Amino acid sequence: MNNINILKPNRENFKIFLYIGSTLVFLGIFDVFLRSFFNLNFVTFLPGIINFLFPLILGLAGLQMIRLEYSGLKSVDLINRSVNNNTFNAALTLSIIFLALLAIPPSLNWMILDANISGNTKEACAGSEGACWTYIKVWFRRFMYGMYPNEFHWRINVAFIILISFAFVGFFAKGKFKNYLTFYYAIAYPIIAFLIIYFLISGGSFGLEWVETNAWGGLSLTFIVSFFGLIFCFPLGMIFALGRRSELPMIRYISIGYIEFWRGVPLITVLFMSSVMFPMFLPADTFVDKLVRVVAAIVLFEAAYVAEVIRGGLQALPKGQYDAAKSLGMGYWKMQIFVILPQALKLVIPGIANTFLALVKDTPLIFVVGLSEVVGMLQMAKTNPKWLGYAMEGYIFASILFWAICYAMSKYSQYLELKYKTDR
Amino acid sequence: MSNNLKRVLPQIITLLLIVLIFGFFTINAQMNMSNRGIDFGYGFLGQESSFDVQFSLIEYDGSHSYARAYLVGLLNTILVSVLGIIFCTIIGIVVGIARLSPNYLIRTTAAWYVEFFRNVPLLLQIFFWYYAALRALPLPENTEPLFGVTYLTVKGYYMPGFIWENFNVLIYSILAAIISIVFIRLYAKKIQEEQGKQLPVFLISLGLLIILPVLTIITGIVQLEVELPVLKQLSKTSFIYEGGVSVPPELIALVLALSLYTATFVAECVRAGIQGISKGQKEAAASVGLTPNQILKLVVMPQALRIIIPPTTNQYLNLTKNSSLAAAIAYPDLVLVFAGTALMQTGRAIEIVSITMLTYLTLSLSISVLMNWYNKKIAIKEK
Repeated sequence: MNNINILKPNRENFKIFLYIGSTLVFLGIFDVFLRSFFNLNFVTFLPGIINFLFPLILGLAGLQMIRLEYSGLKSVDLINRSVNNNTFNAALTLSIIFLALLAIPPSLNWMILDANISGNTKEACAGSEGACWTYIKVWFRRFMYGMYPNEFHWRINVAFIILISFAFVGFFAKGKFKNYLTFYYAIAYPIIAFLIIYFLISGGSFGLEWVETNAWGGLSLTFIVSFFGLIFCFPLGMIFALGRRSELPMIRYISIGYIEFWRGVPLITVLFMSSVMFPMFLPADTFVDKLVRVVAAIVLFEAAYVAEVIRGGLQALPKGQYDAAKSLGMGYWKMQIFVILPQALKLVIPGIANTFLALVKDTPLIFVVGLSEVVGMLQMAKTNPKWLGYAMEGYIFASILFWAICYAMSKYSQYLELKYKTDR
Repeated sequence: MSNNLKRVLPQIITLLLIVLIFGFFTINAQMNMSNRGIDFGYGFLGQESSFDVQFSLIEYDGSHSYARAYLVGLLNTILVSVLGIIFCTIIGIVVGIARLSPNYLIRTTAAWYVEFFRNVPLLLQIFFWYYAALRALPLPENTEPLFGVTYLTVKGYYMPGFIWENFNVLIYSILAAIISIVFIRLYAKKIQEEQGKQLPVFLISLGLLIILPVLTIITGIVQLEVELPVLKQLSKTSFIYEGGVSVPPELIALVLALSLYTATFVAECVRAGIQGISKGQKEAAASVGLTPNQILKLVVMPQALRIIIPPTTNQYLNLTKNSSLAAAIAYPDLVLVFAGTALMQTGRAIEIVSITMLTYLTLSLSISVLMNWYNKKIAIKEK
């Protein structure tokens, strides 16, 4: 018992070490807890920096005391292995716990306890320290539908419901119809979607009032732009990927030029081009709607990225696949459609998903041509003289919105990846 | 014969189509421009620009030419990109390693960071930092100094500036240190190959790199003066810091957002690179008797870098292109100064947009050419 190093646990007395160590860790955490939640500091008698670091020192000493390999206790082993491997890791662990403890009260206060959601005017939030969710509540319709006239919001809702239900047709197709599914999704569905959006959201016929695309906005515009972006950039990208792998030099060079050009310029300049330069390239009296121009620009831009991703998949396929298809007497298109592309596309699902995510995240850029989706509407709401000073709430709302969309998309792509995974 | 036709016909048709499309566009453009009375040309670049730019690295005001304005924008873009690349690399490496940490809490925190910042649009993040986070900073007159001499205020970050005398001597001394380090390394390598002895190369290099420049300052050849920012009253309620270096809030917000966003992608590249090395490599190195540091330096890093660097350069390129979002918060970068203000004033859409796009294109293509060369150099040479 003479030569016990109090910071080095030994096996015989591990119980004592464990009790003292966990007490110290607990005291450290408890001290931070008191400091952050009740603004109490019990060790004010200590000089400045030591006072500040006191819980960390306590915790480190405690963790040092319980660090023993194969201690015989499962839970202690688990802690040692996962958060307490060495002094450095122990310090990181403690600082993360302390930071979390310190961050909880102010953020909880701001987001929930002191926050306001009642009422319909700015006065409801006056005098409170917390967030003003009333702002989000009042502006919610604008964030969703932009400047689209209030009484016509049902048209957007109905259009989206129809679009989604048409998208699910594939699940119910049986027998003979299954063969036409690719055709349906590649060609028929985009046309149907365009017609629905044109007649229902734009209006102008069937007794529906015409609504300018300038008035569209909010989350629904994000969906419309990314929806058409996704639908059209995929086949275009496929064509350029095949073109870049083509044996015909002219076609190959054109594809390379196209891909490298669009990948080399920022989207914002492409949008600039579509809004100020493109009209110069059309006959004097033609007019192409702003939204159509923007979607076209995004499609051309993203198609280059999709093409590169698909090319990666094409290159990853072993040469034997091509040889086998050719030996069966298949021509170029038959080989690509039935043998090569299905396998290549399967391989690049994660890459494609990433490109699509990038597309969705790029939609806010359409502000440069004067269209405002969610982020654009936020900027508009922020500068509204009646609602000055609530920028933070708006940004938090929008980031949660986008995060949810993108996270859901990435999870779905992981699901698809697993579903189509075939072991070779 | 028919085979030949099959090869040639599609090519001719594509070429014809493209020529037709471009011809159609050119004719229309000519018609439109003659209608509006503009003639195509880049002569306007020499004209006086007569607009001011808030933040510029080189001397510039309204009396300078449009070409100079272009240069101002380009330099500002490069400044943001370089700063962003430096910070995103640091954050990315730290987070990438943290994601592989044995520590559960560190791993999860890093994963949360990546999942969150990657899935929120960059523009939104820029707006958040600029309009929400940085606006919460105090006014210049109420600011407490940060690190004693710098001031972080709502109007920007004020740092002491350095005024050097004989600055070139300092540069020469650093260059001399670098050159001698190269020679010492070669010499050390030779010694090791011949005699098996290892020289403490790292310590020597570090010493040289510090001692030589310090020597020049001590001997008095290079002189350094520090200019501190001083609070100055402009009017009754308006204060500002003068002197030293001031960083505008737009730049801070932009660099913060760009580096935090891109770092998530860099972190994933780093993680993939480290995970891509099979355990056997480390075990083999250990069994040969290398120390953990040597394993990291001689076995793991060279192989990991081969996986990490190509996608990471891609991210750097993305960052450079994304820096064009600066226009949204009025940071005077290439897009805002040139494709924004200059275009408004001259109305020369085709020329200006094409110059802007070509600039970015040159930047991207030159980096990707460099990348391809590097890739070829480090690729595994199989026998």
